[in-house]
Amino acid sequence: MSDLVDEPISHVSADIPERIYRHSLLTRITHVFNALALAILLLSGLNIFMAEPALYLGQAAHFANPTFSIGAFHGPGGHLMGVTQLGPFSVDTTGVLGVSANDHGVPIPRAFPTWLTLPSTRDLATARHWHFFFAWVLVLNGATYLLGNLRARHIQKDLWPSLKDLRAIPQSIIDHALLRHAVGAEAIPYNVLQKLAYLAVILVLVPGMVITGLAMSPGMDAAFPPLTFVLGGRQTARLLHFVFAWSLVGFFAIHMIEMVLAGPINEITSIITGWYRVPKPHAPAKGDAA
Amino acid sequence: MSDVNPMDTRRFWLRAALASLGAVALSGCDMVTRSKTAKAVLSSAEGLTRSAQRLLLKPGQLAPEFSEADISPDFKANGSTNPQDAAYLAHLANGFADWRLRIDGLVEHPMSLSLADLKARQARTQITRHDCVEGWSCIGKWTGAPLAPLMREAKLKPEAKYVVFHCMDTMGGGDPYYESIALDDVFHPQSLLAYAMSDQPLSVAHGAPVRLRVERHLGYKQAKYLERIEAVASLEGLGGGKGGYWPDRGYEWYAGI
Repeated sequence: MSDLVDEPISHVSADIPERIYRHSLLTRITHVFNALALAILLLSGLNIFMAEPALYLGQAAHFANPTFSIGAFHGPGGHLMGVTQLGPFSVDTTGVLGVSANDHGVPIPRAFPTWLTLPSTRDLATARHWHFFFAWVLVLNGATYLLGNLRARHIQKDLWPSLKDLRAIPQSIIDHALLRHAVGAEAIPYNVLQKLAYLAVILVLVPGMVITGLAMSPGMDAAFPPLTFVLGGRQTARLLHFVFAWSLVGFFAIHMIEMVLAGPINEITSIITGWYRVPKPHAPAKGDAA
Repeated sequence: MSDVNPMDTRRFWLRAALASLGAVALSGCDMVTRSKTAKAVLSSAEGLTRSAQRLLLKPGQLAPEFSEADISPDFKANGSTNPQDAAYLAHLANGFADWRLRIDGLVEHPMSLSLADLKARQARTQITRHDCVEGWSCIGKWTGAPLAPLMREAKLKPEAKYVVFHCMDTMGGGDPYYESIALDDVFHPQSLLAYAMSDQPLSVAHGAPVRLRVERHLGYKQAKYLERIEAVASLEGLGGGKGGYWPDRGYEWYAGI
């Protein structure tokens, strides 16, 4: 595709296909399972977090001074107060974090609100069943995606950024900030920020979730003792698991915003059918924009 | 260009669909959770996890051990921390002088051991990390009699598949605490009947006089206040049939994760 882009625009515009087959069947199927697994893992994970709503650094917990916590306290008037703490900073988060309404509308101590946890009530045992079942789904599905797309050279060809891509990062940041979306031939490959975001998810965040998750398992730690030591301890692994999870939520938010900005019908059609309609240049006089 | 209007309609439907999907998904998940079949499907991951971990774990492979400097100054006691059962209080009052640990069930030579008998045996000391199912960890130093030589002496009958640990404390709802492990954990070198923590006799909060340490598992497997070790062929006849107080309440019996 890079030779397409390098050609003079006048010549290319004649050759730009109306639609391109962007997502292989493997990518489309694994994308659905990945989205489902990550959603359930997040919601059940937040329920699991509620059993010990604090994060620590190192192998063991330091109960008196957590690195991060979502607690509940009785305020001056006797009212329950939700307090979220990060290092020396604390914020009153009553209503959302620390204290929120149960199914009957009564404020109770719980780190996350009912609509963010699976099951909605505090239930560590059930949340763990959901979590570990879909952890297997995530791992097997992710491995299928990764092996299949490495073999098809999709990751190497379409996601791995070229030097030219990397040099275009500043321009791409400006384009994103101005909500400018590529059209015509330029819209066929992913832009460099998109490539980097996808690679971060595929190679860092999701594998990071799995590795930090496994590090919390006493069985896995006996099988591979370096697991927690490399990560800085079991409690550090738990903290990283939490940070990676919210990084994925951040990715998802941007992913959704970009999907809407780039044209939700076209984007959703392409992830279902594989076929992506190449946006047409707005005006014929876009000549030397490249 | 001509499909601008249909697009708006489609967008509306898309938005409506996504919103209702979200609501249905959340309440749907709670409904799924209550279904027996769904529970069985979700729980099927436990067998997969256990098989995968046992494939990776060589039989004698040890859980990580730590140094004295790593010991937690604030080791948390969880579950029962102050049993009020009459028999337990009586043992506590006379310093566990009449307390006996029975080893019976599917064994050739049932045994009855006093605290002194246990302490007279070869001891092992290990500094290990205790991982609670809730998510926290504490590092502690345990001294006790390794389980393997005791069980070899009692000699398991060929049909014995599990070893059950009966405890002296009753938990909420009046059910006695108990736990069970499979033979690979029974004969693991770090499986201890611990009577000392940080070189001191076990405190009541941490399971006096003797608790189990089975280091490749979560905290709820580390049964406290032991009184009887029973070898069995199946876990079905005991308690709720799932092999432990917490497994009877929905937690995994295989607590390696």
